[in-house]
Amino acid sequence: MSKLKTIIFDGVAAAWPICLGYIPIGLAFGVLAQKAGLGPLEIFFMSLLVFAGSSQFIAVSMLDCGAALTSIILTTFTVNLRHLLMSSALAVYFTKSSRKKLSLLAYGVTDESFAVNYSRLKTGKWDIERSLVLNHSANMIWIISTVAGGFGGQFIPAGAFGIDYALPAMFICLLVFQFNGRKYLFVAMLAGALAVLLSLALPGNMYVVMASMLAATCGTVLKRFFEKSSVKRKVNDQ
Amino acid sequence: MTNEYILMVIGMGLVTFIPRWAPFFFLSNRKLPEWLVEWLDLIPAAILSALLLPALITTGDPRRLMLMQPELLAAIPTFIFALKTRSLGGTVVVGMFMYWLSCKLF
Repeated sequence: MSKLKTIIFDGVAAAWPICLGYIPIGLAFGVLAQKAGLGPLEIFFMSLLVFAGSSQFIAVSMLDCGAALTSIILTTFTVNLRHLLMSSALAVYFTKSSRKKLSLLAYGVTDESFAVNYSRLKTGKWDIERSLVLNHSANMIWIISTVAGGFGGQFIPAGAFGIDYALPAMFICLLVFQFNGRKYLFVAMLAGALAVLLSLALPGNMYVVMASMLAATCGTVLKRFFEKSSVKRKVNDQ
Repeated sequence: MTNEYILMVIGMGLVTFIPRWAPFFFLSNRKLPEWLVEWLDLIPAAILSALLLPALITTGDPRRLMLMQPELLAAIPTFIFALKTRSLGGTVVVGMFMYWLSCKLF
């Protein structure tokens, strides 16, 4: 296989769980958008320019209630702020990439593409080209399924084959991949507990950003503290 | 498409793209302080867990705690399968099947 073919093959092969998960969500979004009075072209335009599932759902339901343009944009901003953290974690792995490729990659950063790309990058056998193929495969499926839903077809009966669980199952496995040491396990448990508490206490989805930042900060501080005290102990022992 | 809709989608696109793009612009291709690298190294484990756990044990809007739901029941065997096999594709398929089974119980 030529180099380009290998890259495309690897990217698409890694993207399939995401694509599978996007189909029912995309169709559901299209159906909802159509009920809110959007045509296929309008749906296409939103999925192309925004490409962010949860904020698209929120925008359409706000549109349906007659919300103001500025409040829809502001809500989109807060809902998608978590991608700032995801891109930051990914950015560390791109040390020799052009700005152009990085900008193209940034367009496709979603919860799902971030999670898969990150776990692949960590193995060392992944690069920006493969990440780009993965992001754009997911993007293509998202656009196609949202527009298809907009033509009024649910196509997949609700709950069929447990397809609604493709993405949660994927996240479960990718979280397991992260457990490479006690500090990751500690941070994950803390973030999960904080996220549940904050999600019950606060409206919206700011709990994701707040819980993740708090837990990672605790993890970093504790790690530094223990390293310092173990250095001290070693010095005292001598 | 009305002008207002076009304006709205462009605005939504911009406020979504900028947070996705800025870190690549400011953090890639340069040497970062050690504490920041350490902090960023912990972010994925934190964020995956923060995304997943509320989806498994809370429901509704506003959210409330809900332990008895198929999402959590299916997560247990799915989690064990992922731990034992470390196979992403396998976990997705097993998870879907477990969820399908769990939904029959509720």
